[in-house]
Amino acid sequence: MYSLPSFATLGAMHKYSIFSLARNAMGYHEDWTEAWRSPAPQPSYDVVIVGGGGHGLATAYYLAKEHGVTKVAVLEKGWLGGGNTGRNTTIIRSNYLWDESAALYEKSLQLYEGLSRDLNYNIMLSQRGVLNLAHTEHDLKEMSRRVHAIRLNGIDSDILSPAQVKAAVPIIDISPDARYPVLGASLQKRGGVARHDAVAWGFARAADSRGVDIIQNCEVTGIRRQGGRVEGVDTTRGFIAAKKVGVVVAGHASVLADMAGLRLPIESHPLQALVSEPIKPVIHTVVMSNTVHVYVSQSDKGELVIGAGIDAYTSYAQRGSFHIIEGQMGALIELFPIFSRLRMLRQWGGIVDVCPDASPIISKTPVEGLYFNCGWGTGGFKATPGSGWVFAHTVANDAPHPIAAPFALDRFTTGALIDEHGAAAVAH
Amino acid sequence: MTRQQFRLAEGGRIDRDRPLSFRFNGRAYQGYAGDTLASALLANGVHLVGRSFKYHRPRGIFSAGAEEPNAIIQLETGTRSQPDLRATQVELYEGLRAKSVNCWPSVRFDLAAINSRLAPLFPAGFYYKTFMWPGRAWHLYEAVIRRMAGLGVAPTGPDPDRYEKTHIHADVLVAGGGPAGLAAALAAARAGARVILADEQSAFGGQLLGNGESVDGKPGAEWAAAAAAELVDLPDATLLPRTTVIGYFDDNYLTLCERVTDHLGPAAPPELPRQRLWKVRARHVVLATGAHERPLVFQGNDRPGVMLASAAQSYVNRYAVRPGRRAVLCANNDSAYRAALDLQEAGVEIAAIADLRPAPDGAGVEAARAQGIEVLPGQAVVATQGGRHLTGVEIAPLSEDGNALAGPSSTEKCDLLCVSGAWNPAVHLFSQSRGKLRYDEGLACFVPGRSVQAERSAGACNGRFALADCLAEGHAAGTAAAAAAGHGDDSGPVPKAEAEPVGAIRAVPCVPSRSGRANKHFLDLQNDVTAADVALAAREGYRSVEHTKRYTTLGMGTDQGKTSNVTGLSVLAAALGRPVPEVGTTTFRPPYTPVTFGTIAGRDVGDLADPARMTPMHHWHVQVGAVFEDVGQWKRPYCYPRQGESKREAVDRECLAVRNAVGILDASTLGKIDIQGPDARKLLNMVYTNAWNKLEVGRCRYGLMLGEDGMIFDDGVTSRLAEDRYLMTTTTGNAARVLEWLEEWLQTEWPDWRVYCTSVTEQFATMTICGPKARDLLAELVDGLDLDPAAFPFMSWRAAAVAGVPARIFKISFTGENSYEINVPANYGMAVWSAIMNAGEKYGITPFGTEAMHVLRAEKGFIMVGQETDGTITPHDLGMDWAVSKTKDFLGKRSLARADTTRAGRKQLVGLLTEAADAVLPEGGQIVSELARKPPMDMIGHVTSSYYSAALGRSIALALIKGGRDRGGETVHVPLLDGSSIAATVTEPRFYDSEGERLRG
Amino acid sequence: MFLIQCPWCGPRDETEFGYGGEAHIARPAGPETLSDADWADYVFMRKNPKGVHLERWVHRHGCRRWFNMARDTYTHQVLGVYQMGEPPPGPEGGDG
Repeated sequence: MYSLPSFATLGAMHKYSIFSLARNAMGYHEDWTEAWRSPAPQPSYDVVIVGGGGHGLATAYYLAKEHGVTKVAVLEKGWLGGGNTGRNTTIIRSNYLWDESAALYEKSLQLYEGLSRDLNYNIMLSQRGVLNLAHTEHDLKEMSRRVHAIRLNGIDSDILSPAQVKAAVPIIDISPDARYPVLGASLQKRGGVARHDAVAWGFARAADSRGVDIIQNCEVTGIRRQGGRVEGVDTTRGFIAAKKVGVVVAGHASVLADMAGLRLPIESHPLQALVSEPIKPVIHTVVMSNTVHVYVSQSDKGELVIGAGIDAYTSYAQRGSFHIIEGQMGALIELFPIFSRLRMLRQWGGIVDVCPDASPIISKTPVEGLYFNCGWGTGGFKATPGSGWVFAHTVANDAPHPIAAPFALDRFTTGALIDEHGAAAVAH
Repeated sequence: MTRQQFRLAEGGRIDRDRPLSFRFNGRAYQGYAGDTLASALLANGVHLVGRSFKYHRPRGIFSAGAEEPNAIIQLETGTRSQPDLRATQVELYEGLRAKSVNCWPSVRFDLAAINSRLAPLFPAGFYYKTFMWPGRAWHLYEAVIRRMAGLGVAPTGPDPDRYEKTHIHADVLVAGGGPAGLAAALAAARAGARVILADEQSAFGGQLLGNGESVDGKPGAEWAAAAAAELVDLPDATLLPRTTVIGYFDDNYLTLCERVTDHLGPAAPPELPRQRLWKVRARHVVLATGAHERPLVFQGNDRPGVMLASAAQSYVNRYAVRPGRRAVLCANNDSAYRAALDLQEAGVEIAAIADLRPAPDGAGVEAARAQGIEVLPGQAVVATQGGRHLTGVEIAPLSEDGNALAGPSSTEKCDLLCVSGAWNPAVHLFSQSRGKLRYDEGLACFVPGRSVQAERSAGACNGRFALADCLAEGHAAGTAAAAAAGHGDDSGPVPKAEAEPVGAIRAVPCVPSRSGRANKHFLDLQNDVTAADVALAAREGYRSVEHTKRYTTLGMGTDQGKTSNVTGLSVLAAALGRPVPEVGTTTFRPPYTPVTFGTIAGRDVGDLADPARMTPMHHWHVQVGAVFEDVGQWKRPYCYPRQGESKREAVDRECLAVRNAVGILDASTLGKIDIQGPDARKLLNMVYTNAWNKLEVGRCRYGLMLGEDGMIFDDGVTSRLAEDRYLMTTTTGNAARVLEWLEEWLQTEWPDWRVYCTSVTEQFATMTICGPKARDLLAELVDGLDLDPAAFPFMSWRAAAVAGVPARIFKISFTGENSYEINVPANYGMAVWSAIMNAGEKYGITPFGTEAMHVLRAEKGFIMVGQETDGTITPHDLGMDWAVSKTKDFLGKRSLARADTTRAGRKQLVGLLTEAADAVLPEGGQIVSELARKPPMDMIGHVTSSYYSAALGRSIALALIKGGRDRGGETVHVPLLDGSSIAATVTEPRFYDSEGERLRG
Repeated sequence: MFLIQCPWCGPRDETEFGYGGEAHIARPAGPETLSDADWADYVFMRKNPKGVHLERWVHRHGCRRWFNMARDTYTHQVLGVYQMGEPPPGPEGGDG
């Protein structure tokens, strides 16, 4: 349950349900209203969120819902969810090694579990389980460490034998003479996938209904500061004053930081993904292997959704090199021999912002009133609601939420990194 | 077997002397060599071939090529089954078996067609609005929805076929072998360029194969064959039929997929790969990818019997098939008229041509009228009739603005409706090359704008639809490309065709219906996206074209919107009241048409998935039954179980043999780097944490390597071979990384230092003999080397012949026993190993694997990088301050002085002894001070290494625990996954021979 | 798949190379004299520009030599290749 939105905005939102759908069917669906408004930017806001992806929209939503901050604008240079939100492989899980990460991602997973109802927008959270395969003795040890830690953090996690893996995914090859045989796996049953676009749209609609202005096609070109304080942002639609500015722009974090004279420990890399043509369901969980770099699930439409590896070079081009896909396919067919004759329908790339410790930055900055939320690397989608939730707190209170505190920028100075490379050797 | 009642008696590019039998949906049919599955089905009067994805509406063959949205089939069964192929692209072969996908029990009677009745409940995006009750119940709905997922089915087993890759360079790559592509390839090749011409079809010629136009006075197909023949004879031209250019990447790197044997079916010679991926680096690219005919959007436009006009024309001309008996055409441009004439000549009765344009004229129109064909200007088909096949159409006049009907409709009986909404250039590859598209108002389509790479578009893909223009533009592009690649411009004459002016078109995004609604106006035939869906998306605010696409699934089917994207965009623009270019276009993503995963993987599967590295003694290990583990790419013996022995028993036996007699380990996989030069010592001083100034020739020293972040990333022993020469060893997994690390610093930071680093890992075989009998054993194998510890002390090395082979012997120990690491040239490894095994027999020599090595070193408290370290551990954490210089600088040193690395409470290395001696802690087990009844529990560390120690007769473990060095004697607990726990006492991280007497030998 | 101009071996496919990140980050002369923040700046902070990036590559499966490259991170256009120790070409010159 969430608190009631203010009277002024309540009427604007057309409640979604099977009944409203049936009622609208009689009117040939010509009476649906817009899911969110497209207002012109106002001259000033209490908070401007830069970046209309899932994380930015979630931040705006929770600012309004949890902190009563409603004079908020979300500025998006293109279209909502057009960055990594709409380009990832939609995997959700919270099976992280370190306590700090576990707390953050578990908070997010818990929010996900109630999100469709909270937003009144079906984000199609499918908790079909996430399997992480182990292929070497070293993998087994790492897996054991991880599962023990996850369990003691109160999060679900199990270890499966190769036979149990085979039972869960009958098409997987567990023969011991495979080049990298499956020696076991960890399973997070509550993990799964969700519809990525719906997460952005659902947050957008719910934030809008609470009074947040969502402004698309509005690119931030400068961050104005005065005496160490943020004053607002210059945009392609003019200057917008703001008491606080939260930057949530994933791959472009360094570009925005540069506008504020800041440096970040971030590099932007291409990350590619692809889908197959749709086939009848053959795989009912998410299967991940860091060792052979396979990340695969099957959508409800029947497409295999496959994550490839990260390109080594930095790039803002939203495209990677083909050899990454080639390597990916060899590994995939090794694990799933029946996939060889399936066909790649579409490949694409996103820009991931990678931190040296493979953990995000959720932080105040040396500029008063300016906050950054970035560095999610290959795994930001699963964190969307949690990231927005803790960042909203950080922005609203000008102090980090306890879950977010370890992810502050100063950890690179003190050395208190949260090294999740083991978790994210490549992509999620 | 049914006769081919729609086959023409003559004409076409089929071979009537080679009849082929095939089965579709269980029924036997006959076609001819040269047919596609689609043309053969049409020859037999089969139009209904599939069902749409969402509503399961009946769907017929719509096109004759790659853009087909409807005729999706499953080819063959079993391990060679192939889902989701387009019948329009499957070449017929003897015995072919195919069936429709996504329908049950049959394509004619499909139970899921009930969805069509419920369609009013299922508008675009309906699932976002419902299935939310009760909470978390989505998975129940999802289970039902997943039953409807997918089109075809996956094969039943591993792929029996083989795939290959070819890497090739070209001066000029021509994508597409229609008139423009052929003209370009001819021009470039004649000028002397190295040319690759690829076309997706079995024969070159493109539209010329199906539209009956002439080039240089010859029938088009004949000219194309002659052009291809000339190219074959030119020395530097490579012709690739059945090859689709699928991807255009940076630096003119393109991928092509060649279907080598698919058209042969079971007759495919086994020596050939099934498909081949060509990876081409081209100096210049000519895109001649043609165009796709655009459908028209009107009510009921999805009924079987509705077909693109150019496709109908192709079926008649190329395949000698009448796609119907009585046809209506509906068009907004001139090109449909030629189709009408060809159809009429083939005996198809043309009921009428409804032309959206108020006053069509031009040669085609006049020719049609001359043939007695009724032309209905300003009119359009506004509805269709029929069930599983078209039986008639309603035609009505359009208002001037095209938004309403301007009069009553008339009904025309027909079984074929040919539609033509003009043409969309196939700009996919151009867009992939990052070229900028431009919207052409007159043509109502996107055409190539500014090029970014060395590429030019020619012909229909450039918006030039007249044949003469295609030929001229192709020729010019080929000439220019050859010149740009450094060749001359002697490119021969320009092929000529009759110049036929192309009349204007009339773009009507959505032909109005009598009801005013558009919920049966299909844009995306595969995904059942209607004009009403797009309007709904616009109404609800999903106004970016990407939003519309994602919200409605427009263009996201297996055809990737080849027939629906531009029409959908026009409808969206109309709904938003904005011009098309302002609404934008979606990104064209590779591949152009789907490509099998197998082709992309090529030969990198099975044994070739990743190189397996093996030591010179590998086959010996195999012969004696070793169990292997993967360490990086290396195969290392884990242990050597004897008959009936478990792995644990084998490891125990191997450990005891080392402690009590002598063991031998194949250590060849350790990284070895030969470091030479006057500044070698300087380098060691910077990359290792300890000091190297005083290491004498003949001596060895252990070192830790840190990243600049202060965290341990490798360790190993380095020996001074000579004044300016060292041999560094690294961990097995990090060998390449360490070499690159050294080179990086030398080349980028200290380029004036005179040091050379060379990997010699594979040049030497390394075998370690260790144990109390090791010295006696070695004594038997070496001559003239004093093995007395005084003469050959611990941490030193000597050169000597071992079993007659020159060797370096390193007296270093990872097991805690007196130990000799013998390095011999790799080619002699097996011989020396055999000699040691023979001589060692009387000492009870026992080969031991990595696991025994791990146990033995853990008994000694020696760390393993990757086990006691994980990228977050400093030397201090491990209690290895003795290996860290306080005086000199080294990489990572400054990071050791930061707030977090100096704070109290960091995890520190300790030993753990379980209270129950036989309880072995799980490696990776988490440690708590106090047990709670259930999680969460506060973790203070984790078990890094844990074994049963046969030598000690009890379990031992190493662990990293917060403030561990101050917790000696404390009892801690390791909760297990089954809910129980093991208690253990914190100890020093050394369990065996803590004084180190044994290893000094 | 970039085509990279190794200064020693000529144009080769990207797969032969390793990427070495931002170029012209000199290791500070006296690390112990640096503040924690300055040290962190050297170890972790990066320009990561959208546009021209001066970066290091190594011809890993070739001559094993490191070199610098100026590349546009948005267009992927390579603007020039130059050797270690050389200043970057063009308007960025003098930056190193």
